[in-house]
Amino acid sequence: MRWQNAKVTRILRRSETVSSFFFQLPVPFAFAAGQHVIVRLTAPDGYRAQRSYSIASPPDNGPIIELAIERLNEGEVSPFFHDVVEVGDEIELGGPIGGHFVWNVADGGPVLLIGAGSGVAPLVSMIRYRARAGSDIPMMLLFSARTKQDFLFGDELSQLARSDDKFKLMLTLTRDPDPGSGVFSRRIDAEMISEAVDRIGANVSHAYVCGSNAFCDRASDSAIAAGVLRDVIRTERYGV
Amino acid sequence: MATRGFLGRRSGGDESTRERLPPGQFLETGFPVLSAGPTPQVKAEDWRFKLKVGPRVLQEWDWTSFNALPQTRMTRDIHCVTTWSKFDTAWEGVLIDDILAEAGIEPPTGFTLAHSSDGYTTNVTVPDLVGGKAMVALRYEGLPITPDHGGPARLLVPHLYFWKSAKWITGLQFTQKDELGFWELRGYHRYGDPWLEQRYTDD
Repeated sequence: MRWQNAKVTRILRRSETVSSFFFQLPVPFAFAAGQHVIVRLTAPDGYRAQRSYSIASPPDNGPIIELAIERLNEGEVSPFFHDVVEVGDEIELGGPIGGHFVWNVADGGPVLLIGAGSGVAPLVSMIRYRARAGSDIPMMLLFSARTKQDFLFGDELSQLARSDDKFKLMLTLTRDPDPGSGVFSRRIDAEMISEAVDRIGANVSHAYVCGSNAFCDRASDSAIAAGVLRDVIRTERYGV
Repeated sequence: MATRGFLGRRSGGDESTRERLPPGQFLETGFPVLSAGPTPQVKAEDWRFKLKVGPRVLQEWDWTSFNALPQTRMTRDIHCVTTWSKFDTAWEGVLIDDILAEAGIEPPTGFTLAHSSDGYTTNVTVPDLVGGKAMVALRYEGLPITPDHGGPARLLVPHLYFWKSAKWITGLQFTQKDELGFWELRGYHRYGDPWLEQRYTDD
């Protein structure tokens, strides 16, 4: 693992519990959309804690990478980011890592992305990468969030869906009293995924599911029930 | 370099807890699940376990015949590369020693690949499998292993990071050399000793 001290250049609040942290890499690395990095914190006595975070920025973003970090109150690393880290701090990063939950334009499509909460981060990297590459590969993001405020990257994703007719967005808000029109208000199920698949022309060749373990099981089982082939589904299970 | 403002919550607990935790690990009381795809639903009646040398099948068991092999209990601490550890996990299954004895063979090479029903593989050397160190586990805490934890049968090699303990195991294949498995080809360490913190390829 190659480690480097990356400077925090910007902190952007994305919801009540999620903020994006932008890091300047002294030694920029090539990575594939969907990969993650390891963040390693060291206490004065040498004690260390490390966690994995998916990269939300696209691969061709130069020396800056973006990590969307959700505050988990019982956690040790994420509260440190939210409560202590400031612009200008140096944080040790290792990576990139992970060669399974990745997508390249050359892999083709149609691509079905299913994410919940901060699990959308690696999917956002794929979406941005495809958009920057000027690709017309059909791609659908089915995003499950609790409320409107938790629709991370919402403006950017909505705008892309309006301007690019090969990129589709479906949103479900599971705990919003007023989800709004065109938005689902239930947990992801086979029916919802059938509709998503229909909208990108069936024959999904790659499906990426990211979120909690329970979400990944539910979403991938629903995708299989909706006719997506088991072998094309890749999961990234967030958790401990 | 110390990280500005980071003190660490520590693993908590007493000194004996800290001594049992490999470097960079924290104690988890739940049992998190990590896997790379949908959870396979393997029925016990459809399950097979193959012992192979290269492409050649030495012996094959079905659920009934595998359960008829000597059953051993093993209670061990487990360590996931994602930094959680769990103490005193209680498993029951068939020691690799007993599988080899039943097949009537000495290990023909020093290396194996474990295979799973979803196509997952992981490499484990023979010395890490024999001498009572590893088993094909069939029960966890006295009950059948649930699908999300690798049921009906998973490999258990508790002294290595837990990705080596392949879920949904369907066979063990002796290989001529140390061939890398699924995660080992994707940036994770060839051997994976938690006490040496061998998490990634060059650690």
